Amino acid sequence: MHITVDLDRCCGAGHCVLAAPEVFDQRDEDGLVVLLDADPPAGEHRQVRQAAALCPASAIGVRE
Amino acid sequence: MTTAEAAEPLTVPATRGSCPFAPPPSYERAREQAPVTQVTLWDGSRCWMVTRHEDVRAVLSDPRFSSDGSRPGFPHLSAGRRALAEETQVFIRMDDPEHARLRRMLTADFMIKKVEAMRPEIQRIADDLLDRMTARQSQADFVAEFALPLPSLVICRLLGVSYEHHQFFQDRSRILLHNDSTPDDVGGARRDLRQFLTRLAEEKQKEPDEGIISRLVARGELTPEEVAATGLLLLVAGHETTANMTALSILALLRNPEQLARLRDTPSLTGGAVEELLRWLTIVHSGLGRAAVADVTIGGRTIRAGDGVLVMLNAANRDEQAFTDGAELLVDRDARHHVAFGFGVHQCLGQPLARLELQIALETVLRRLPGLELACSFEDVRFRHDMAIYGVHALPVAW
Repeated sequence: MHITVDLDRCCGAGHCVLAAPEVFDQRDEDGLVVLLDADPPAGEHRQVRQAAALCPASAIGVRE
Repeated sequence: MTTAEAAEPLTVPATRGSCPFAPPPSYERAREQAPVTQVTLWDGSRCWMVTRHEDVRAVLSDPRFSSDGSRPGFPHLSAGRRALAEETQVFIRMDDPEHARLRRMLTADFMIKKVEAMRPEIQRIADDLLDRMTARQSQADFVAEFALPLPSLVICRLLGVSYEHHQFFQDRSRILLHNDSTPDDVGGARRDLRQFLTRLAEEKQKEPDEGIISRLVARGELTPEEVAATGLLLLVAGHETTANMTALSILALLRNPEQLARLRDTPSLTGGAVEELLRWLTIVHSGLGRAAVADVTIGGRTIRAGDGVLVMLNAANRDEQAFTDGAELLVDRDARHHVAFGFGVHQCLGQPLARLELQIALETVLRRLPGLELACSFEDVRFRHDMAIYGVHALPVAW
């Protein structure tokens, strides 16, 4: 699995941090997404898919 | 237009059926029979109503649907609401890139870790309110003594507004959100609130503090009027929504004793139960408006540039395609994909705070008041059919 994030799209809703806190965080200055691990281990994949599905701004890309 | 639609003209807002927690039956019927259909509004104007979960998400995440309430075709639910939307200069009624520029001045304040750091303080406020409510009486109005002051105290602290003014802005918020308010009522209430907040913004310029209003002023990018407009949005959105969700959630649980028992016995379900209650109750109950700026096909129907669209969050949140047994309240279901906070780049900015407040409120009330019950007959509970945000006007409870 390889993840990309689009900061132009991100609206800082925070679903990704709630769904997969090991993979996503938010920047202190504006709350936009920080990708902690672009190639997460298999144990995180389900949560990452959930994060991408919940993102209201379609800011998370997942390639599998 | 098919004959089925022509035979039964749909109006919005529609009347609810026998269950006050369920969306109006006409919205749910539309979702099954004509999920993208024409409806008639209060002034005789027509717009599209979108009711399926998939279609609602499609509209709300498509930049070809504008949030600008001054665009021709944009659907308004009353003359007062039209006056409010047309003159409002806040980012919820703007499109990107201007919307993103303004929203991003606030996203850091509502990010998960910032909100989570407020947990001890919100818990203390919840405990204080329950201490006071239960001190010298055995029944009370749960709305006035807990559900409303909790988020109101929190948003005041966050913004840097003194809570002593709460009656002033609660009264005026009520006017802004009442379906029967005239444009004059709305204009007056907004003028009062704008003046109050503009003065506050000017004070913060002289004496800065840690609140959001002070920090917006300190950025130097907004006029005091623009700061006031943003502060007004946060103030109204910050206490009306969570207050109504809290009281309606408690009532919903009291009416579903098996679900209440399940949640009380297993507090670890609270986070998921809040999502399920958000879905099942969907207090933004008369739809979100958009205006098409290009021809777009949604659910097989072509919506033309200049057409208005109302997406019905409450109908979408009971769509069987997205939620099996959607009419049932099930506190242990995974309901996170609900659209109670909207969808797309306009999705609720304050949702992490709303979630935390609701989680703390429910867990604390269920734990501390094991004998909680309704202190009037269910038939006598007054629901907020007439308000932009659904809920109950009062909730008499005993414990």
